[in-house]
Order: sequence, then C-alpha cells, then structure tokens
Amino acid sequence: MSLIRSHILVCTGTGCSSSESPKIIAEFEKQLALQGMDKEAQVVRTGCFGLCALGPIVTVYPEGACYTHVTVDDVEEIVAEHIVKGRIVKRLLNKNEGGDGGPATSLTETRFYKHQHRIALRNCGVINPESIDEYIAVDGYAALGKILTEKLPPQQVIDTVLASGLRGRGGAGFPTGKKWQFTADAVSPDGVKYVCCNADEGDPGAFMDRSVLEGDPFSILEAMTIAGYAVGAHQGYIYVRAEYPIAVKRLEVAIQQAKEYGLLGKNIFESGFDFDLELRLGAGAFVCGEETALMRSIEGHRGEPKTRPPFPAVKGLFDRPTLLNNVETYANITWIFNHGPEAYAAIGTEKSKGTKVFALGGKITNTGLVEVPMGTTLRTVVEDIGGGVPGGKRFKAAQTGGPSGGCIPASLIDTPIDYESLSAIGSMMGSGGLIVMDEDNCMVDIAKFYLEFIVDESCGKCSPCRIGTKRLLGLLTKITEGDGEPEDLDTIEELCEHIKQSALCGLGQTAPNPVLSTLKHFREEFEAHVYEKRCPAGVCKALIQYVVDPVRCKGCTRCAQGCPTGAISGAVRAPHIINQSKCIKCGACMDHCRFDAIYKQ
Amino acid sequence: MKSLAELQAIRDRMRGQIELRESGDDRIRVVVGMATCGIAAGARPVLNAFLEEVAKRQLKNVTVSQTGCIGVCRLEPIVEVYVPGQEKVTYVKMSPDKVASVVSEHLVNGRVVTEYTIGAAE
Repeated sequence: MSLIRSHILVCTGTGCSSSESPKIIAEFEKQLALQGMDKEAQVVRTGCFGLCALGPIVTVYPEGACYTHVTVDDVEEIVAEHIVKGRIVKRLLNKNEGGDGGPATSLTETRFYKHQHRIALRNCGVINPESIDEYIAVDGYAALGKILTEKLPPQQVIDTVLASGLRGRGGAGFPTGKKWQFTADAVSPDGVKYVCCNADEGDPGAFMDRSVLEGDPFSILEAMTIAGYAVGAHQGYIYVRAEYPIAVKRLEVAIQQAKEYGLLGKNIFESGFDFDLELRLGAGAFVCGEETALMRSIEGHRGEPKTRPPFPAVKGLFDRPTLLNNVETYANITWIFNHGPEAYAAIGTEKSKGTKVFALGGKITNTGLVEVPMGTTLRTVVEDIGGGVPGGKRFKAAQTGGPSGGCIPASLIDTPIDYESLSAIGSMMGSGGLIVMDEDNCMVDIAKFYLEFIVDESCGKCSPCRIGTKRLLGLLTKITEGDGEPEDLDTIEELCEHIKQSALCGLGQTAPNPVLSTLKHFREEFEAHVYEKRCPAGVCKALIQYVVDPVRCKGCTRCAQGCPTGAISGAVRAPHIINQSKCIKCGACMDHCRFDAIYKQ
Repeated sequence: MKSLAELQAIRDRMRGQIELRESGDDRIRVVVGMATCGIAAGARPVLNAFLEEVAKRQLKNVTVSQTGCIGVCRLEPIVEVYVPGQEKVTYVKMSPDKVASVVSEHLVNGRVVTEYTIGAAE
C-alpha cells in the first residue's frame, strides 16, 4: 500500500527547465533519500504552472505551499524543514501576495490566480504529464469512454460541440462545431478522412500551445480521438514544431502509453472504433501554421498555402476531408463533454464562449501563462493578473494576435477581450500572445519588428506578400532612419490595403495589421518621425542624440571610460562632451553615469 | 482498454494519490507534531499509522499532514484533528495502536476519543 503523504510538484515546462528544474528534481531525490523520506514524499514532474516569471516553481502538497525562484541550494532546506519537520520555508514563498499582506502560502491565493478560470490549463501543473494513470485519475478518458461505450451517435457528439459555442482558438475564431459538421458531412471518395492538430505555434511571444502539450498531452489525444469518432476519421496527425523538444517528447510518451492501454489503436473500448495518431515535426516555418500549408507539409511537400476553396473540411490532407483544430481548441473538448456544453456556454460573452489562454510577455511584472473567461477586460489581465508594468513606467499599448494582430492603445484598456471587440478596434484575438509595451517602446519600431518577421517568414508564393511586405518594410525603415516624407504615410496605408485584399493566405492577408493598427492609434508618433524627425520614445537611433548636461556633470570620467568608441572627452572635474560623429548610440554612457547627467534628445 | 469498469478501476486506484493535491474547505485535517521533540517521542510511526489507516478505509476527505513543535513537548507525540466548523481536538501521548480508534471513532463517526485528549492527560 502506498504511504506517500507528501507530493513535491516541480515544474518541468520549458521556462522552468531552462532555469535548472531538472537539477532541482535530482537534488530533491537525493535529499529525500538522505533523510530517509523517499518512501513518504514523492517528486512529481508537472507541466507549466503559468507563473513563469517566478520560476522555477515547486509546490508541496498537502499544504499546497508554493515556492518560487527555487535554486538547487534551497532543496536541502525544503526537505529538512518542510518535509521532515512540517515547517513551511517562508523565505521562499511568493512575497506579499497573501490575503493578510503576508506571503501567500498557496499559488491559488495569489492575485495572479484569483481572476483566472482554468479550463484548457486545468491539469497543467497539477498532474504528471508523463503518466496516463494520473490523467485518468482526474477524469481523463471518461468522456471518450462514455461516448464509445454508449455508442453515442456521431451527430450527437457534434451537436454537443456546437451547443458549447466553442470557437477556434488558433486565431480566426471559426465555430469549432461547424468545422466538425462540415468535415462529417463531406464525402470522401474512398471513405478516408483525417483529423489534424495544429501545434505549429509560430507567433513571436506565444507559448500557450506548448504549455498545454507539455502539461497535459493526454487531453489532446483524447479530444482528437473524440473528433475522429465524430467526423468518421481513423487516422490523426499532430503537427508540432521541432523547436519544442519537451512537448515532442511528452507527446511521444503519451501516444505510447495510450497505445499500451488500448486507448489508441484498434477497437477502442471494444466499440469497434479504430483511431491512431502520429506526430509530424515541423521545421519551424511560420507559414506552416496556415492550414493548407500545414497539410502540404504533412504530405511531405514544401509548406506553401493553396487557394481556398476547396476548404480542408472538403478536400484537405491527401485530398481527403480533414478536420484541423488548434491545440487549445482540443484542450477544451473533454471539459465540455465532462461538464456539459451548457456549463461551457455559460462562461464568456454572448458570441465568444468559454475561456482563452494568453501568454503574457513584454513589459509586465508577471510574465507567464493566464487563462481568463472571454470578455475579461484588458485592464484586468494587465493590471490585476499581470501585476502591471514594472519600474513605475506607464502602460502604452498591448499587442495581441502576433504578426496578424494589432496594438491596443492605453485609451482602450477597458476593452473586453473577445473575438468581436478586438476585431472592432483593428486587432484580433490571434492565438493568444499578449505583449505589453510601455512608454519606452516606439510604435513605429514595433510595427517594423513585426514586419521584419513577416518578410523573413513569407513563403514567397504570392507577390503581394513576398514583394508587398518587403516594400512596406522599406518605407518603415526609411521613416525610422529619419528620411520619411509626408506622402510615405499615404503610400503605406494604400499598400496595406492592397496586401490585405490580394494575398493568397490568411497570414499574408493579415500581415499589414500591425502597421495599420499602430498607424491608426499612434499616428502622431509616425508624424513626429516624418515631420519633426524625432522619435518620442527615444528608440530609433538615427533620430536621437545622447547629450551631457553640463550643469549636472561632475566630470567623474566614468562615462568616458565606459564608451566603447571613445566618443566622450573632457577633463577631470569638468563637464564632458559627446562627439556625435563617433557616437554609436549604445547608451552605455547613460548606464555608467551616477549623476543622471546624460539624457536622450 | 476494454470497458468503462477497467477505466474506473484505474481511476479509483489513482484517485487516492491525486487527492492529496486538492484543497477544499470541507476536508478534515490530521496534523502530527513532527519537530525534534515529536520525532524523538515517536511521532513518525504515529504518522505512518494514520496514513495507513486512512488509506485502508479510503477516507477521501482526510488530509494527513505534519507541523512543527506545538509547545507541550512533554506530551508528544501530539496529534491535532481539525474538523471544519468544529473546535480542533488535541490528542497527546499518541502511539500507533491508538490511531485505529481515533480514525474509526473521530474521523469516521465524529465522536472525539476523550480519553486520549489533552484534557484527560492533564
């Protein structure tokens, strides 16, 4: 009989793994053995807890104590104090987050978690992602078991998804139930259909799908099997990028374990239904996240989009009807079956049901993964959950939807986050990257950054995207270098409209969005660059100068010593001067100055 | 996987392990004093006896946990039982053979085993 009385959960997501969580696990196992506690306490590897900024995170149950920023050296103390003597190591708890102002003992007490509603992430950080038994313990495979043993008609399965109001979490927000219906209704010449999972998360700053795959891979397997049953497919593919080695490994382990239990393969639950799954690794091309390009890539061809229609639901992978959903979409499916579509539809707004996962990044205190009901305002996500902008800086904008999305300015911070509200202000839901910007970010530079990404990643098949975005980037570069002319702004707008209307695939059609939305909400910043040759945020190097304030300068020579190009001159105890022709605008002098005597203009 | 019963069997087997990670306001907490004084007085066999007994009876709403020195070292091993909505009960000078009756009387049937409590010892 197992007498384990304590579980030590260590996050092994990508974030915490790179902060040495594997070494922490090894140290825990060593210390537990040393103290003779290895029969009483068990180390469990879990997926992402979501609070990546405070990683590595270790949670000890049954107390639920959440330790943050744990190092290998802390392990001995945790074992000796907490595991052996039952005294929580207060020093390592999340500071000042508890209800009474003291340290929060448990993760669920923190402000970061209070506003969240976890459905897609329900098992992340709770179960061991490499144990099918633990997944079954949290009602895993209950949904599939019920559907198959009761021989629920496939149409009823589809109706359940339709009733939940779930929409695609990959970005465009197409109703998931309708997609299932179209694929089920489509006729295949030889009866073969496919189910695919898009795990080619390519947006800069987005890692929602990776965390789900790393933390709860079985939920994706189960949902895809249900989808296969609903649409009449017996083969599935998960297209995941090779840059996600931990996710790939966990998926491989999960598929292997599911096969051993007969939950993948022939005659699942003795129902006569067969379903098998294979992984396909992508080489990381952004365009392969586009559905037709993804399928071309699975087929073994070069990943390039095709014209639609025919849509994949009619003629997709190997020219057969194919259902393609995103990881996060699948992650919601089993919850819907276990709790009922009404319960799901009760969360969120009228047109956007359920919850959405966001990867919070950029100028924000709590970098990490959050899941909130649809319709939550941007303010709640940024200020309450994210902990606001660090360093007392002012929130300027948030970028959603990656290279296909746009910026939401501070004036619209009370916008509810749902598909319609975001489209209305020129952004989009996207897959869920949410990058926060403060007063030090130049919006022209941000637009340029996303465009550089698009130019790099454009597959080159259609000219609006291949040439159009390149020209667009040229115009933006011209502006940031101080050579912008008034008519450039009009040209940019016109070119954006052309690309939107004529590009072949969704990625090309949305590529101008970051430019258009920044131009719409921050036009004055573009105009400052063009008319006044000035970068208000002090980012665009060609438009700024570093200057020494002769009154504040004490002549300590620190700046001159720190200058890599020797551009600063001046006698000791006399004000220094920066030679602008030698200055490369690296900002090193500003960092070295102790008297705040150097400023940008 | 052949049937729902098979799935259920795995779930039941694993459930007990995972429940440790759930928190709820309706759970009974059994806290064993495990500071140096408690351990020296024999708290560890008591703790193990509780775990064994709770697992044997499949008590899903009981958490067995530990704490530091409670302060009355001369009465160790000390075990405190917190039933939601009730005053906590402190058992003193516990031993593994007393555990079975505390579990069956107090945790299952809600009757405090008065003869083991601190009041009876004083």
